[in-house]
Parts: sequence; C-alpha cells; structure tokens
Amino acid sequence: MHTGSELLKNNFRMERLPHIWCPGCGHGILMKAVAQAIDNCNLDKKKVCVISGIGCSSRAPGYMDFNTLHTTHGRALAFATGVKLANPELKVIVITGDGDCTAIGGNHLIHSARRNIDITTIVFNNNIYGMTGGQYSPTTPTAEFGTTAPFGNIEKAFDVCKLAAGAGATYVARGTAYHTTQLIKLIESAIENKGFSLVDAISTCPTYYGRKNKKGSAVDMMKYLKDFAVDAKVAEKLPKEKLDGKFLIGEFKKTTEPEYTEEYMKIIEMVRESK
Amino acid sequence: MKNRKVKLMQGNEACVEGALAAGMKFYAGYPITPSTEIAEICAQKLPQIGGKFIQMEDEIAGMAATIGGSLAGLKSMTATSGPGFSLKQENIGYAALAEIPCVIIDVQRAGPSTGLPTAPSQGDIMQAKWGTHGDHPVIALSPTSVRETFDLTIKAFNLAEKYRTPVFLMLDEIVGHMREKIEIPAEDEIEVIDRLKPEVGDTNYMAYRPVEGGLVPPMAAFGEGFSFHVTGLMHDEFGFPTNDAEVSDNLLRRIMKKIDVNVNDIIMYEEEQVEDADLIVLAYGGTARSARSAVKKARELGLKVGLFKALTIWPSPEKRVKELISNTKKILVPELNLGQYVLEVERIVAGQAEVSHLGKVNGEAITPEEILTKIREVL
Repeated sequence: MHTGSELLKNNFRMERLPHIWCPGCGHGILMKAVAQAIDNCNLDKKKVCVISGIGCSSRAPGYMDFNTLHTTHGRALAFATGVKLANPELKVIVITGDGDCTAIGGNHLIHSARRNIDITTIVFNNNIYGMTGGQYSPTTPTAEFGTTAPFGNIEKAFDVCKLAAGAGATYVARGTAYHTTQLIKLIESAIENKGFSLVDAISTCPTYYGRKNKKGSAVDMMKYLKDFAVDAKVAEKLPKEKLDGKFLIGEFKKTTEPEYTEEYMKIIEMVRESK
Repeated sequence: MKNRKVKLMQGNEACVEGALAAGMKFYAGYPITPSTEIAEICAQKLPQIGGKFIQMEDEIAGMAATIGGSLAGLKSMTATSGPGFSLKQENIGYAALAEIPCVIIDVQRAGPSTGLPTAPSQGDIMQAKWGTHGDHPVIALSPTSVRETFDLTIKAFNLAEKYRTPVFLMLDEIVGHMREKIEIPAEDEIEVIDRLKPEVGDTNYMAYRPVEGGLVPPMAAFGEGFSFHVTGLMHDEFGFPTNDAEVSDNLLRRIMKKIDVNVNDIIMYEEEQVEDADLIVLAYGGTARSARSAVKKARELGLKVGLFKALTIWPSPEKRVKELISNTKKILVPELNLGQYVLEVERIVAGQAEVSHLGKVNGEAITPEEILTKIREVL
C-alpha cells in the first residue's frame, strides 16, 4: 500500500498533471480515492483497465497509470464489456458521470448490471452536465436549476444505487468526496466483488451546479456532504423525520450471483468437452 | 487439393467461415434482419474454438464491445443491417481515429428507416463512406458470390489488422442469403495477417507512433504490460488528448494517408471483355451478377460491352477507371439505390465519358434483362 507522493508516483502519470477540473471540483478527490483503492487491493497494475465515457469524470483515466480507455459518450460500459469478455484476466474499472452513466449510457448500465459482468463502476455524480456547461442531468433534484432548466427541473431524479441494485448489480454502495476514508473502503469492496459493482460517488460542482442553485462556495458544498450524508447503518436506527433532506451513504447491496465471464468460460469448457 | 472442402453454403455462413479462417475470436452484435445468421453461427462456433460471442443490449453497444474486444487483443467483428449500421456510426468513427482494427459486416436491406427488412438494397454505399462525422479513412469491400464472401471477409480482417482501421464488408441481402456450392481453400492456402505488435518490454512504446518510415503504429493489447491511453479525442503519439493544431492535423492526415498510399494493396476488381468495349457496365455486390449475365447476352447480340466488377468499393478504383475511359466512352452503373456509387464514378470520369445509371428501390434485384435494355438504350 502506498500513500502520499508514493501513491501518486505509482498510480498516476505525473507528466499529465495538473488535471483540467475546475477549482473546488470534487473529482480530483474521487480520482485519488479510486487510485488508493486500486493500490490497497494490491492488483497487478498490468492487468488493470480504467475505462471512461465522456464528460468531466471521464477525463480521469488519462491521468491514471494503467491500461486506460476514454470512449464515446455513455458507452464506457459497452466498451468495458468487450474488454472484460475478451480477456477476463483483466480488472476492469469504469469511471463515469451521472449523465454519461444514467442518461445516454442508461441502457448499458442496466444490462451490465443484469449480466453481473465483473466490472467495477464508479459514478462521479455531480448532479449536472459540467463539461457542456451546467445542463440538468438525471440526478439533478426536482425543482433545482440548470442552464436547460431555467425555471426549475420538473423531472424526478434517479437514485443511481436503487437503479443499479434493481437491475441486478451484486455490489452497490454510495460514498462522497468528503467521506474519503469510507469511500476508499467502498471502492475496495466493489473491486473485490466478483460481479457487477457500482459505487455512486457524490462529487461537488461549485462552478455549475453550485452556482446555478446558490449552494455557496466549494467549501460550503463539501460541508453539505458532511452534514447531510447519513450512514445507512446509522439511518436504520433514526426516526424518519431525522432523515428529512438527508441522503444515505454506505453499503446497500452485497450478494453473490454467477458472474458473466465465468459462466461463459463454463460454456466454452462444456462445448469443447462434448466435441 | 485434398484439404479443400466443398460445401453448400449461404453467404452469411461463408462470412463467418471466412472470419474464423482469418482468426476472428470475438463477436459482439445485436439481432437484425437480414444479417442475423451471422450472429447465430458465431454464437454456435466461437465457444468451440475458445472464442467469445456476446449479444449486446443494442447496436451501439455491439460496436463498442467489438472495439473493446480488439483492444484486449482479439480479432473482433460485428454484423448488422441498415438501421443498425446507422446506429453504429459514432463508434465506427472512434475506431477509425483511435486506430482499432475490427470488421463490420453490413448486410444491406432496403431503407431508409425500417424500410423493407427482408429485401435487398445497396443503399448504404455512401453511408459506408460518409456515415460517421468528420474526415476518416474508409475501406469497404463488396462480394458478389458466396465464395467471394468467404475470401473478402478474410481480406477485410487482413486489411483491418495491417492498417489498424475498421473495415466494412458491404454484403446485400442477395449475397447474404444466397446459397451456392463453394470450395473452401485449405488452411495453408489462406493468407492471414496479424496486427503489428510492440516488442515485449519496450519501455519507449508510444501507442500512436508509426514504425520507422511507415504510417501504422504497432498495437499493444490491454494486459500486455504497456501502460497506454486510448481516446477519441485528437491525440499525440502517446495517445494523450491534445488541442495542438499541428499535432491534430498531422494525426488526421496520417490516418488518411495510410490508406491513400496503399490503394494498390487495397483495391480489388475484376474485368471481363473491357478491351474493345464501347460501354462498360460497372457493378458491385449482388447486382454484378446480373450485370455479368447482361454483358454476356449483349456480346451474343454483337454489342461491344464489358464488365468492371468492383470488389473494393472504398477507396474507389479511381486510377483504373480513368485508364478505361481512354478507350471506352460510355459507362453504365446499375445499383440498388437511386444513384450513389454512380456519383463517385461521375466524379472520377469528370465529364470524359458518358455515365448512365440504372437504379432500383422496389426491394427486388435488378435483372439481367433490365440491364440489357438499358445497355441498348444508351449504346
């Protein structure tokens, strides 16, 4: 396990830094958490693939020193499915955003989860399309504002975790850019799960989401994560009214189901034996 | 030759047999008429050789997973038809810019939109060239028989691997669903080309730097120990995104040039009786069969007509067509659309010969009689 500058040297392409994210953006913290989790899991670096789609989140793999693939908008999981099935030895980690994963890529999310293919998906969820300038996304809360919701968003937001769990993911958790120690542990568990895992990692976007919705400074937005996130285990013991306006973090689902590429390998063995 | 097999085979089946002979180990796709047999046969055969088949959730995912499979080191293919070909276009452009070898089979059916799903067409010829946004290299082959489907599928893989680019095999419903007796060549008679790889342990590997004096960079697979980046953004020789004008310009011009300077290796055609022809019928795909028959009949009637059968559609056989029109002043292009490839022929000919077109879009094949009638009309 490496920390500090050793973590950086071992997992990042130092010559590619600094990153392009805005001051106060939570994505840098999330990217470091992903790298720390990979490092803590002692994975063979040569076998780690980090794959992304398009958007702010999806620039992360370019900075990370693994096999990295920056694909088309929404399609990271579909590319990742090809990579994983072609070579199941590879550890495939997808970094995606709320729009990338649940809007344009929603179909790939539910079907990757349904197949329970061994891919670890980390959603850098900032509740907005940041790269294109602040349009509302499927995780923008109702009544909040975006540049394409100038009078308030009339759509309901996805709960990314419930979506993934409902579609068949075998590991589902949520963490935040504030609760990094917990987030790293959650990502480690997601990586260790043999099957489709998703961690909804709540980020901060002071530039667009924050400004449009008067959320204050980057620090204020971090403080919101600190004050309004409630651990799922703690929440179980709290009366309902105490959870008003709060959101849950922690592990939501952890089950064991047959994994897609393992099942496919069984098919190969079966047809070859019967030949 | 004793190792050759003779079989009655459908075009779509010959396509899979050709792909397997070329070393295809990965197929991702989505069911669509009239290409579905290709997926079905791949689902059956790939696990038998340790290969992988996956039916994806949509056409877009089929293309994406095909690219992913190739990046993980396997020769990869997908098959589709008109509507699916439209959906795949964005990721096809990705494969072109990121230089990921793969083969895309398009069994053309009558469009636009859902059109006539079980009827033949050659309506995707221009989409093959211009379907994805931006300038990009294109290689598209179009067989006219079941045997040619076998051969050209192998060729498609070889070109994809050699030039690190997506290659289209433009079948049409006529050839895809036709059954013919074919002789399958023995394994040692088939040339198979594999992508150039970096040397093991090359610490200076740059994923997008061509080999010395060449235009195609060696390609490592994920998991082989090279930490490299692949993106659909304009990128430098390391593969990292750039906004640099010169680097972007160099990249796009290089990937175009790697095809342009190798047209002699890529372009395939066949000619019959063109030497003394007053008129040449220039045809491709299923329509070339009717054209051949029409040319024969015309000759029997004493008409000096020849056949030019284009097996490579893109890049177009520009140099040869220019040579032909120094003797022959009339060209007829029959095709199952309202005028697509004829535009390319007109561009090449540039007014130096008279170009006529015979188009058909009612979902039926062009008959030899229709071509013969047209020949008599324009001669």
